[in-house]
Amino acid sequence: MSSYQAGFRVWRGDQDGGELEDFTVEVNEGEVVLDIIHRLQATQASDLAVRWNCKAGKCGSCSAEINGRPRLMCMTRMSVFTREETITVTPLRAFPVVRDLVTDVSFNYAKARDVPSFVPPPGVAAGDYRMRQVDVDRSQEFRKCIECFLCQDTCHVVRDHEENKPAFAGPRFLMRVAELDMHPLDAAAESGLDRKKTAQEEHGLGYCNITKCCTEVCPEGIKITDNALIPLKERAADRKYDPLVWLGNKIRRRGE
Amino acid sequence: MATGTEPPPTHSGVHGATRATIGARHLRTDRWWLSPALTAGGLLAFVLYSTWRAFANADYYAAPYVSPFYSPCLSENCAPMRGGPNWEIIGGWWGLSPALLILIFPLGFRLTCYYYRKAYYRGFWASPPACAVAEPHKKYTGETRFPLILQNLHRYFFYAALLVAGILTYDTVLTFRDEQYAWGHMGLGTVVFLVNIVLIWAYTLSCHSCRHIVGGRLKHFSRHPVRYRLWGWVSKLNARHMQLAWASLISVGLADFYVYLVASGAFDDPRFF
Repeated sequence: MSSYQAGFRVWRGDQDGGELEDFTVEVNEGEVVLDIIHRLQATQASDLAVRWNCKAGKCGSCSAEINGRPRLMCMTRMSVFTREETITVTPLRAFPVVRDLVTDVSFNYAKARDVPSFVPPPGVAAGDYRMRQVDVDRSQEFRKCIECFLCQDTCHVVRDHEENKPAFAGPRFLMRVAELDMHPLDAAAESGLDRKKTAQEEHGLGYCNITKCCTEVCPEGIKITDNALIPLKERAADRKYDPLVWLGNKIRRRGE
Repeated sequence: MATGTEPPPTHSGVHGATRATIGARHLRTDRWWLSPALTAGGLLAFVLYSTWRAFANADYYAAPYVSPFYSPCLSENCAPMRGGPNWEIIGGWWGLSPALLILIFPLGFRLTCYYYRKAYYRGFWASPPACAVAEPHKKYTGETRFPLILQNLHRYFFYAALLVAGILTYDTVLTFRDEQYAWGHMGLGTVVFLVNIVLIWAYTLSCHSCRHIVGGRLKHFSRHPVRYRLWGWVSKLNARHMQLAWASLISVGLADFYVYLVASGAFDDPRFF
């Protein structure tokens, strides 16, 4: 086992102000950034606020920005840094700070509530749902999401423009719309809910300029942009910008 | 601590009143600027080269090769290309380079392409320059308004790009002739054209709109096994869309440059048989 002393800069403060504080802390082989933050808490800064839970990359609690990049602290190995490097850890910079490394991510829960949930198919009891695997493969990729909100944090639409928050759901919840729109048993359309239309008109799909930062930071490796956002944009284009689809729908409706 | 009764913050972005007070626009320590700089440099080089060649109106045909920038030739002021794509649809009133008439379609296809959008939004418009690096713009409306709402027309440029790829395939077949238009011959230019057309088709078919049209728009793959299989193939290509975008951009530029070298007399096309 080889140990060394690492330089850490950790943001400390709250909404009234704060700053990056320097620490020198012991690092042992095999440790991750969250281990070091815990050691700081135990030895030098007992009141350091940090949100964490599973320490296995599955709960999505310990999201932070490490050397300026949104990452899970529990999944960032210390071995990716050189021993001479000073490692900077800050809270997520897209959300209001509560204290130290803890931010208020309630924006995301509000946006989650805005997405209408799965609409059960009429005449099929809950226990009788039958789906082919090929029909649910796409939705299942999106179900890997651990709600760490790193994609929401890095998305420049809200990170750099607070004023866009009311209009833009963010990649995580546009992915949720895509998941439901691709779900083989979702009966939203039959109940009068057009998810493609709401994606654009209520969840701000048009704000996304597909620069793929959400995909880059996703710890679950979900291809958010290629498999959710772009397909959703294409579905919205079917609905709003394709005269052939529009004409087909008109004819079909007249025939009903 | 905030009490929750304060008015909403007037500042925007990472320097907003409720965010952690950090003066720097970003704290990244890696070379985040390298990728957008290389992208912008590469795209700029191609724009400069293709602008020169499109306006040059010269050295675009050397039997049996026609530059992909000038095919098909839709006006009367084109060099006669025996058996080639001389389709004088718009007549003789067009006085500028005939390349300008046709390039608008592949240009539109690439400009509205989901990969190139990422590339130029990051490389030229810095929106954002890189992930978690604050952008310099005060306002952002994305693709919700004119003119960027027109990015939704990508699928129509995809249809046009299919036609153009078909014509370039025809041009590639014509390269199996010699300078006297006799069939059954091959030169170095034929190889250049073959590589180019394979990359053009791979890029065109790997398009996200293509992926959507062949099967992505379906809710039930199990009811459409043929389209599901097609969607699977396109999805595999689509995973390489960025690489194919660059490879085909370079190959189309090289194919044009090869024709330029041969047509201007700077280089003799080596004939294999």
